[in-house]
Amino acid sequence: MNPSRKRKVRLIVALSAAVVLASALIYTSFSAASPALTPSQLLHEAQPGRTYMLTGTVVAGSVRHDGSVLDFAVRDRGGTAAVPLAYTGTVPDPFKEGREVIVTVEKQGDHYVGERNSLITKCPSKFKTAPPSEKQNY
Amino acid sequence: MAGLGFACLLLALAVCLYRIGASLYGVRRGRPEFSESGRRAVYALAGVLTVAFLVLEVAFLRNDFGFNTVADTSSRTTPTFYRAAAVWSSQEGSLLLWAWLLSLWSSLALFLTRRRMRDVAAYATAVLLGFAGFFVSLMIFYANPFATTRPAPAEGVGLDPLLRFPTMMIHPPMLYSGYTLCTIPLAFGVGALLARRVDADWIKAIRRFAFAGWLFLGAGILLGARWSYSELGWGGYWGWDAVENASLMPWLTATAFLHSLMIQEKRGMLKVWNVSLVLATGTLAIMGTFLVRSGVLNSIHAFGGATLGVPFVCLIGVLIAGSIYLVVSRREMLRSENRLDSLLSRESIFLANNLVLVGLCFVIFWGTYFPLISEAVTGQESSVGPPWFDRYTVPLALVLVLLSGIGPVIAWRRATLANARRNFMIPVAVALIALGGLAAAGIARKPLALAMFCAGAFVLAVVAQEFVRGTRVRKAMAGETAPRALLSLVQRNRRRYGGYIVHVGIAVLFIGVAASSSFQHATELQLRPGQSTKVGAYTLRYVRPTASITPKYDRAHTGSTVALGAEVAVTKGGHRVTTLNPSEGYYSSGEASQGTVGSLIGGQPVSHVSIDGGATRDIWGAIQPNIESGRLKKIVEAGNRTLSPDEAIVAIGLLAREYLKHAPPAQFHFIVSPLVLWIWVGGLIVFLGGLVAAWPAPSLVRAKAAARFRARSSRELARA
Amino acid sequence: MAVLIVIAVFVLIGLIVLVVGTPLRRAALQRAAAAAGGAAPPSGETSEEPLRRAELEAAREAKYREIRDAEMDFRTGKLSEPDYRALDGELRAEALRILDALDELDRASGREGSEQIG
Repeated sequence: MNPSRKRKVRLIVALSAAVVLASALIYTSFSAASPALTPSQLLHEAQPGRTYMLTGTVVAGSVRHDGSVLDFAVRDRGGTAAVPLAYTGTVPDPFKEGREVIVTVEKQGDHYVGERNSLITKCPSKFKTAPPSEKQNY
Repeated sequence: MAGLGFACLLLALAVCLYRIGASLYGVRRGRPEFSESGRRAVYALAGVLTVAFLVLEVAFLRNDFGFNTVADTSSRTTPTFYRAAAVWSSQEGSLLLWAWLLSLWSSLALFLTRRRMRDVAAYATAVLLGFAGFFVSLMIFYANPFATTRPAPAEGVGLDPLLRFPTMMIHPPMLYSGYTLCTIPLAFGVGALLARRVDADWIKAIRRFAFAGWLFLGAGILLGARWSYSELGWGGYWGWDAVENASLMPWLTATAFLHSLMIQEKRGMLKVWNVSLVLATGTLAIMGTFLVRSGVLNSIHAFGGATLGVPFVCLIGVLIAGSIYLVVSRREMLRSENRLDSLLSRESIFLANNLVLVGLCFVIFWGTYFPLISEAVTGQESSVGPPWFDRYTVPLALVLVLLSGIGPVIAWRRATLANARRNFMIPVAVALIALGGLAAAGIARKPLALAMFCAGAFVLAVVAQEFVRGTRVRKAMAGETAPRALLSLVQRNRRRYGGYIVHVGIAVLFIGVAASSSFQHATELQLRPGQSTKVGAYTLRYVRPTASITPKYDRAHTGSTVALGAEVAVTKGGHRVTTLNPSEGYYSSGEASQGTVGSLIGGQPVSHVSIDGGATRDIWGAIQPNIESGRLKKIVEAGNRTLSPDEAIVAIGLLAREYLKHAPPAQFHFIVSPLVLWIWVGGLIVFLGGLVAAWPAPSLVRAKAAARFRARSSRELARA
Repeated sequence: MAVLIVIAVFVLIGLIVLVVGTPLRRAALQRAAAAAGGAAPPSGETSEEPLRRAELEAAREAKYREIRDAEMDFRTGKLSEPDYRALDGELRAEALRILDALDELDRASGREGSEQIG
């Protein structure tokens, strides 16, 4: 094969490999992702066995420590629909009633279980800057 | 004073607008004095922004709470060091810092290129002033750092205690320097394309700025990881958070660029690729800046609301569209002068390295922006978690480390296969020995970590071999002793041996990452005083509770009202190893609604992590005391009822004493991770190596080489 | 206080105008002097030369580095002797081309210089 043909072949091989890898990447991202839902959406759509990222505000008066399990409820930012859940794992320092949180949950039977160490708390914003919140993971 | 600051901003904007026009006019009409004036405009901009920055800084140091930003992020009780650094903890202040750093670095860049590349520099000036103008406009119209409220409130909210750590305060200036330095190559890249000059001179200039951006970005990323590990109650250094990724992506493309630039320098190839990399790096840097402050993605930093999102999206849209247009319309000029001579050449290894780095960047990009992508495609916002990132980045990182070991052994242009095979024998043997040894030690249960260890061993062996061979050559050539030979070897081949040192640093860093993530032992549980638990090979016992009250006992000097913690004894096999002292600091909230005593401890609590770092492992401990327990709560409530604000501190003393006497069970988090120290050491080695590689060679050496060459070539000419 | 700030702002404006305007004034003066003296004003044409020179000098430096790198590669055992000789020859030829171009540039500007004097 002459050199320019060789180069063309190399290019095609490389490009195909890239396309294949990229497709694998893209495909798995869609199947491995957890949808982000608000409490009202979660109550509506949650299927047992799937994980979801729940975003909302911690309901005042719902926080209870039960041994190493933290029970609390998350409601819609601007509404009342609330989801009670049981969470184990590290609790970020900013966590408090009225704060905005993101937690990965799974529906088990009738109740919701928070994934271990998936609780993220944002600090209150007040139209301006929100100082960094603490993130816990793994 | 605020008026002065704001006036500075207006002046800055005026300067930018005026000079963009003038620079472009000067270049088109061939009037070099306009380009010169444009350059000076950048100096003037730097001056004006310096004044503005000083105004804000002084306001913070003087506790002038009339300034809204000062009232929001500082207070009388915030220690001075943090007050000074609080300037950039808010949206407005950080925008000012960004613009100021941009003007400083741009001035430096233009000063260094003042005698060369006038045409390119003129366009570059226009681009840089465009960026500066954008940020200044944001400040003027959206987020004014000099907004005031009169009469001024008596006390400020205080700096978020999470930020009261030295690493965290240096992290933004480092990172912003990195981001702004990455926009300079972009500006010069655009300038070169517009002026239709992409040549050796441009390469020399742009390499320096790209390297500076690479260095500072890397430092910023590492500092952020270190802060996350040693100050946050999570115990990790990297979480694939959107903001972490945003800073990593331009760093990856900058690394790729620094490598592929060498190919363009030697063979005149990859011009389109390089120009695209430069434009991508700058655009990714701007996108990173945008991500941090727009709240468009859920992440650690929720800087600012959606108001800043729209202007940024417009800017990024312009950047991307403009870049694509420029590259496509100039593609004639960017044609390669040569082709790859052989697959067995350092050029092709560099090319592979580039592909891996860009691949890594793509993976991270996809995962980071996936919530937006998925929303656009399916209408449902979803996100991918760290396991997804790990699945794709770990193999790519492995290939990268391997390549960094293969590269040094292959010659430029066309390597001799037999020689290459011979040169690989020792390093491969070392890697196989490592494989055998580690597998025997039981590491085989984590195959990826094992592979990374062997790859790291391979790289270390390759570099060691290179240094040994090089020193031998130098000794033979110049008859120097070994240490002197080594020194002069590195001095005369800085780029090569500096690069080798960087590769060593990367290998060490990844060995640390692999070890600490794959072989970690962690426990979270509740303990009463006296109880103990086992983590890995260590036993940790909660000896007794601790309490400290500021200001006299505030070890961390962070201004907490009270810090409650524990003394934890760590033993291994019966022998005392160390003592951990984790604590949780409670800060004033300034909210009267919480009561006189409640407001003293109602602010953001912060974990003070205790780490025993060692060469082989880190023992990490954090505590979350239960401050809401019955007895403690009663003291707070009683204090709220009966004490005035001035007397409230007495209740804190009672609280501390009660905690020491009857500590309720507290939540503990313990982690034992091997080889974490080497991550930081590896990072340090990378920077040292980078400095060595980029240090300008003394011109004397160059002159000698030039003279020697001319003599030889004239001899050959005479012969021919 | 407010008066001080206003004064400070005007001082700043003055400084900026000074710094930014100096090259423009200088060029205008030069043009006026040149017009009076009758010689040609500095045009954009000759400014091409230093650009080309900088480009060639940078290319030359890069080529020297390549030659040294090749020698280093050979001495540290990455290239066999015949491969090295071939590569070295190629590189030196490329370097000579650059040196020739530089000489050409020198001669051209030298000629221009002598024309202007004469």
